[in-house]
Amino acid sequence: MDLSNISITLLLASLMVASTPILLAAIGELVVERSGVLNLGVEGMMITGAVVGFIAGYHAASPLAGFVAAAAGGAALALLFGVLTQVLLSNQVATGLALTIFGAGLASLLGSGYVGIRAPVLPRLDIPLLSDLPFFGPVLFRHDIVVYLALALALGVWWMLRHSRAGLILRAVGESHDAAHALGYRVVRIRLLAILFGGACAGMGGAYFSLVRVPQWTDGVTAGTGWIALAIVVFASWRPGRLVAGAYLFGGIGVLQLNLQAARVPVPVEVLSMSPYLATIAALVILSRGKATAAPAALGQPFHASR
Amino acid sequence: MKRRTLLATGAGAAFAAAAGLPARAQDDGPLKIGFIYVGPIGDGGWTYQHDQGRLAVEERFGDAVETVYQESVPEGADAERAITQMVLGGADLIFTTSFGFGESTNAVAGQFPDVKFEHATGYLRTHPNVSTYDARFYEGRAVLGTMAGRLTTSNKIGYIASFPIPEVIQGINASFLHARRVNPDVEMVVIWAYTWFDPAKEADAAKAMIEQGVDVILQHTDSTAPQAAAAEAGGIYTFGQASDMASFKPAPRVASIIDNWAPYYIERVQAVMDGTWEQQAHWGGMAQGEVEIGEITDAVPAEIKTEAEQLIADITSGEYHPFTGPLNRQDGSVFLEEGEVATDEQLSTMDFYLEGMLGDIPS
Repeated sequence: MDLSNISITLLLASLMVASTPILLAAIGELVVERSGVLNLGVEGMMITGAVVGFIAGYHAASPLAGFVAAAAGGAALALLFGVLTQVLLSNQVATGLALTIFGAGLASLLGSGYVGIRAPVLPRLDIPLLSDLPFFGPVLFRHDIVVYLALALALGVWWMLRHSRAGLILRAVGESHDAAHALGYRVVRIRLLAILFGGACAGMGGAYFSLVRVPQWTDGVTAGTGWIALAIVVFASWRPGRLVAGAYLFGGIGVLQLNLQAARVPVPVEVLSMSPYLATIAALVILSRGKATAAPAALGQPFHASR
Repeated sequence: MKRRTLLATGAGAAFAAAAGLPARAQDDGPLKIGFIYVGPIGDGGWTYQHDQGRLAVEERFGDAVETVYQESVPEGADAERAITQMVLGGADLIFTTSFGFGESTNAVAGQFPDVKFEHATGYLRTHPNVSTYDARFYEGRAVLGTMAGRLTTSNKIGYIASFPIPEVIQGINASFLHARRVNPDVEMVVIWAYTWFDPAKEADAAKAMIEQGVDVILQHTDSTAPQAAAAEAGGIYTFGQASDMASFKPAPRVASIIDNWAPYYIERVQAVMDGTWEQQAHWGGMAQGEVEIGEITDAVPAEIKTEAEQLIADITSGEYHPFTGPLNRQDGSVFLEEGEVATDEQLSTMDFYLEGMLGDIPS
């Protein structure tokens, strides 16, 4: 065992990177679920975003263009889900699962010509002065722009839900679409917008894999992260603050356990491998202890104005 | 391309793939051969190479054969369903291409005695219609280990391992043994990823190793993500796994261990056609062309390249066996006496590290 080889600074820095795709996908899904829609297709939207982002980023030689295209790609797939569930009133669970399968196939088809190509590099955004701080500099202020964007999005969502009129309306739609409808709010339109936002976030989360973290296109590059994001939304009881904690904890322990293995810490590898899941569930359950279930009351229920 | 046409193309392809499976083979029709893959063909590694073998079969036999495949089949109960579906779809010969498909393959084989099954890297042959086949990857690992031992300056070599099964443990031991042989100060850092294919996790594992001073990385997982992580870090050497991973030439990828399944697949398809197929446990290596070392790039100094090529020649000719005594186990007990060569039985049940390795194998 040689713990001195583990650099806390580098570990925390890679934690920020490892957590970003989960955070992006989860914050988008949180908004979707707060509007009363359960979209289980996060994984499908992520993988589509990953391939669309990679293709666009490669051809434009610009990772940022890739992220914009990934958001559009994820939103396009989400729109499909939105039309099916909100307009045609299909079952949300079944449609979401189908979206995951469809997204994986579509991504595989689109990406077949792009295997083994290298992605353009997203430059690190060294924030002047702050990035030179000892310890905090490398940990917090030497990342690419998407890391900060994910955090800013989480903060923005928190502020919107808590302090803005738009957030109040979104929550109202998610708690009781009949009441919101009676008050004159357009339930379907609001939900479609939330679904589009969720798709765009998931798409960017996927592109973070193919453009930054891996960074290249291979089939299955997101490897189930969409499901983790879905679980984190529930365990965070639909609160943005807890969601950030959950995403960072999961990503952080995932990186930490690999470092502990490399340092030959005498803990069984099986325990280390399951530690991200255990720790995240334990922490979020303790955080949410003793409070009434926070699930939006209308979550997963179909809405039609005629009823 | 408009988005609508794009979606229609995707849906069409998915429909065609789904519809292709249940089509029953006629008795006088082509021989139908099925392949069960553990990952996507686009992994650029393990499954890609199996699919190259499938394509080689198609090219060789043309219209006399029809091949079907299913990608990303999870190891476990669902594999049984996928294999059964392929049998019901009329397959006459099925290759299941991952260790974890062993029990499922045998379970299905018991129900369909007329269908032939070939299970890769396994050992279970509970029914007469199941063969197993494997490649002597440890021969290639010995070559990569030699190069790794010469190339490292930090004397720390990393090995991204998948699951603690004999095939992987042979690979770790063979690389470590040969790295030590040319560089007595070398130590090996092993990370068990518990997956065959998870690009992000593989990249994280490579980064964790690099952060802890590893400068040569071998991988036993199938994606190219560790190569990309090494390229980003700079000054790190890697080896392609399962397929050539040529896009990372000339560095960090300085050589590769390639699985070439084509000769075996063609041989077995021919055997079914001739009616000479029989159960066997096949284990081919460099001599049969099943394990190859990909181009050693110019990033490797000439004398190291020569040394590696000599080792390849010696193993191919059968003059040298990578596990030749005297060798001790990690606990100091004797594994092989002076001059003794490991038997296939000893290798296929290998569940211990060799002397000098640090850490434990997960049980």
